Amino acid sequence: MPNRSNKSIDWITVGLYSLLVIFGWFNIYAANYNPEHPVFFDTNKEYFKQLVWIGFSLLFIGIILITDSKFYVEFAYIFYGFTLLLLIVVLLFGKEINGAKSWFEVGPIRFQPAELAKVATNLAVARALSRYGFSFDKFGDLLKAGAVVLFPMLLILLQNDTGSALVYSVFILVFYREGLTGYILTFGIVAAIVAVLTLIVPNSTIIGLIIFSVIGLLYVKGARSALLKATIGGSVILILSYAVYRFSDTSIGLEYVLLPAILVFSIYMLYTTLAKRINKFVPTYLLILWSAILLTLSADYLFEDILSDYQRNRIDVLLGLKEDPLGAGYNVNQSKIAIGSGGLIGKGYLQGTQTKFNFVPEQSTDFIYCTVGEEWGFIGSTAVVILFLSLFLRLIYLAEKQHSIFSRVYGYGVASIFFFHFAINIGMTIGLAPVIGIPLPFFSYGGSSLWGFSLLLFVFLKLDINRNELIR
Amino acid sequence: MLGLALIFVTKLFILQVYDPSYKFSAESNTRRKVTQYPSRGLVYDRNGKLLVSNQAVYDVMVVPRDIVAFDSIDFCESLNLSKEELRERFVQMRQDIRSRKISTYKPSVFFKQLSAEQYGSFQEKLYKFKGFFVQGRTLRKYEYPSSSHVLGYVGEISEKELKNQTYYTQGDYVGISGIEQTYEEELRGQKGEKYLLVDVHGREKGAFKSGRDDIAAIAGKNITLSLDIDLQQYGEQLMKNKVGSIVAIEPTTGEILTMVSAPNYDPSLLIGRDRSVNYPVLAADSLKPLFNRAIQSRYPPGSTFKTINALIGLQEGTLKPYTTHECFMGYHTRALSVGCHMHDSPLNLSQSIQHSCNAYYCFEFRDILDNPKYGSIQESFNAWKDYLVKFGFGYALGSDFKNENRGFVPNAGTFDRIYNRSWNSLTVISLSIGQGELLTTPLQMANMAAMLANRGHFLTPHIIKDIEETPIDDKYRELHETDIELQHFAPIINGMELAVWGGEGSTARIAQIPGISICGKTGTAQNPHGDDHSIFIAFAPKDDPQIAIAVYVENGGFGATWGAPIASLMVEKYLTDSIQPRRKWIEKRMLEGDLIHAKQKQQEH
Repeated sequence: MPNRSNKSIDWITVGLYSLLVIFGWFNIYAANYNPEHPVFFDTNKEYFKQLVWIGFSLLFIGIILITDSKFYVEFAYIFYGFTLLLLIVVLLFGKEINGAKSWFEVGPIRFQPAELAKVATNLAVARALSRYGFSFDKFGDLLKAGAVVLFPMLLILLQNDTGSALVYSVFILVFYREGLTGYILTFGIVAAIVAVLTLIVPNSTIIGLIIFSVIGLLYVKGARSALLKATIGGSVILILSYAVYRFSDTSIGLEYVLLPAILVFSIYMLYTTLAKRINKFVPTYLLILWSAILLTLSADYLFEDILSDYQRNRIDVLLGLKEDPLGAGYNVNQSKIAIGSGGLIGKGYLQGTQTKFNFVPEQSTDFIYCTVGEEWGFIGSTAVVILFLSLFLRLIYLAEKQHSIFSRVYGYGVASIFFFHFAINIGMTIGLAPVIGIPLPFFSYGGSSLWGFSLLLFVFLKLDINRNELIR
Repeated sequence: MLGLALIFVTKLFILQVYDPSYKFSAESNTRRKVTQYPSRGLVYDRNGKLLVSNQAVYDVMVVPRDIVAFDSIDFCESLNLSKEELRERFVQMRQDIRSRKISTYKPSVFFKQLSAEQYGSFQEKLYKFKGFFVQGRTLRKYEYPSSSHVLGYVGEISEKELKNQTYYTQGDYVGISGIEQTYEEELRGQKGEKYLLVDVHGREKGAFKSGRDDIAAIAGKNITLSLDIDLQQYGEQLMKNKVGSIVAIEPTTGEILTMVSAPNYDPSLLIGRDRSVNYPVLAADSLKPLFNRAIQSRYPPGSTFKTINALIGLQEGTLKPYTTHECFMGYHTRALSVGCHMHDSPLNLSQSIQHSCNAYYCFEFRDILDNPKYGSIQESFNAWKDYLVKFGFGYALGSDFKNENRGFVPNAGTFDRIYNRSWNSLTVISLSIGQGELLTTPLQMANMAAMLANRGHFLTPHIIKDIEETPIDDKYRELHETDIELQHFAPIINGMELAVWGGEGSTARIAQIPGISICGKTGTAQNPHGDDHSIFIAFAPKDDPQIAIAVYVENGGFGATWGAPIASLMVEKYLTDSIQPRRKWIEKRMLEGDLIHAKQKQQEH
């Protein structure tokens, strides 16, 4: 077929990209705009620099578009290895900014290799998953795919840049698309819910809830006679141990009183199942039950001892366990005030007061969405959400159109990374997600992030141009 | 993905459209209200002389968060501070921050009241000291070192007062005593508000909404007092080195011309920063200079009270102008004796006042109480008491001083309790000569003199004469009748005239002012704590009274020793503006008289 391989670039995505970048720049200008000195050509101002970064991005995009698609496939691992090296070097010689040792500084230009690493990791994941015969059912393949993601994640964690590291967890979505069993994803989500619950409600209540849900599930699944006996036996044990707990002077938590009963319950259920060789689903559920219990009992420890103070505070504030409008809650509170003050139609461009006078910290980088909320109101903020949503849907649509697995995986990776940034960044500015310092793609000020996101997107668009070629 | 987008949009809708609370937060974030303090009203005396004005002072304010390291030596030099003092101030500031008295974000006072020169030199260098700025304010300025008790003072509002009102905020200045307190609402004016746009560090970025919401401050109203500052100062000089009080009233209007409480102090001592130093000194003084004796001290009225008992007797009909009583060195019964001094006998009513005969009033008072018209001593005593209340005794008169003492007038119940209901007119005989349980304030005594001058009525004594654009309280124009018929005053007033002018045996001959028909009555109040108090009440001229006066000199002895000469000098000064050469010796003796240090010297010997 003539010209099949020379399909034109996807102009819809390019249009969405341009809209986001331009609207983003206008907001950076607003965030830095000083009504007393409305100068434009000040090379020290972020909005001027951002123009330069945008210019460089266009240059990079040009280079990407003239590079052969096969190059990305062939050089995926080399590129990946190179960025891993950069991540290690930055750990040793990097510059520490805001507590994270993740920046190279060369003259006036600062560069964050973690942004580049997203592109490289995405390429490497696409390469790994598109290898002939790859299957998540093979444990070795699962391990390899996981290692590709976990390596850079670990290095970035070591840089103390938790936010950027968390982005890599989003690859689980890509894996899911490529055939990873839903159990792991479900398990991850359930674990996250349980972990959050442990911080809000007492452990004993959670364990109680877990055991009730497991009994309920087993009841629906069958095995009713054994279940009845096991439950009665467990209840008797529970009453006994509660009596002991009540009338002795122990200081152990209430949740441990439940354990003997659950233990008896589990052993009996397991015994009947194994002895009668029926209800083979029971061990799985018991495994889930005990994992949940272990997670519950260890979550407090993880929360108290693994997380650092500021992270714990941010989570506490988010969950409403702590009121701290001047401390950890300050950013979010001010951010909500700024966005809330925008009203339906906003205060008008450059008319914002909250985002002008530094009430919102990091207002041109992580909290750029506040400027949108304040000056463009509900209509503007919703428009941004819709723009991003359109971008994601378009990317997924394009990814599904790819003939080669490499391109498809890569496309999903791009969509997932954007989605994660979008969800966390906007979520934190409106108080729905913990404050994790990651930028809003194309909006937040910063050369590294803009280049990173542009590379990520346009490599995919280049792959898309050749979508009908079976690149691999 | 769609679900999350929906959640975001919903949350945005709640934040931006549904819930208005974030809009208010945003306003208070960026808008700083700066209070505009109006200048306090000026105070004039009855002749238009300026008594109290305002002076500008400057406070150094600090926003602790904005401080950056600065040259402390330069700072100290421009403020005339020592390095230790500066360190102390910083230690204090840190303590205040820790105890949450002050905020690190908001301005608070760092150093109070710069002088004009300090302000000049500091303002020039201000750019070097980030976080500091200077705020102007006005303080009171007193033109005369006088009238401290009348004027009162202004100071920061107390936390207790703050709770019950909405106008003032912490650190606001408010009248604390005297007319500053009474006429606070008129003098203070109305605070204004100015709104400034500020950034997150509280730095000013111009007017909020171009000043459309600003409210200009309204200056306080000027007030004019009925006080005569020249007479007041003369009175203070006469009372120098004495303890006591002078109150002079214009009888026809009830206006207070003079209110001296001795010892007094210079009101400038209690301005601003100096107050913290001077107030404790004044408060610790054993002579209690802060105490306004004119309205707060209670003394027995002494013999001056004989005029009142005579009026009651005449009105009750138990006494006639021609009634005579014998007296030989006092009033003697089997149970008790009330002594008297040597004078002619028998005496009629006017003569009894002229000579201040104690025995006459013992007879006279018993006639009132033993009046067969009343069924019991209780009934007759309460009738007598009711007269006293009408004369303005026993209750605060309602002048424009808030802490007026009401004095004390006993009723029948008082004695029922003391004597278990078995008492008679002889038991309370000391009331006949103004001793015993009866207590009055100098203001009440001056009011009594004004009532006598008016022949039976008085107006509530007051010191306010005029308030800019506002009428003064109607109660100060209201006539208070005493229900004593006019004809009963003639013998009393004749007696008071004779007391001064009656020649040999008259008690107050020293009060004679040639050419002025002054009427007076001496009093000597027995004082269980020491020497008798010297008392004199007077008014002049007799037929067209311009001034009524009461003088108390604590531990001064006879009324004629200190009270009468001081009162007559005051009257002469007020009516003729000078002291006649032939009375200069009296003036000299009064000015130089020293009852405070003399006593101390005596004790030393």
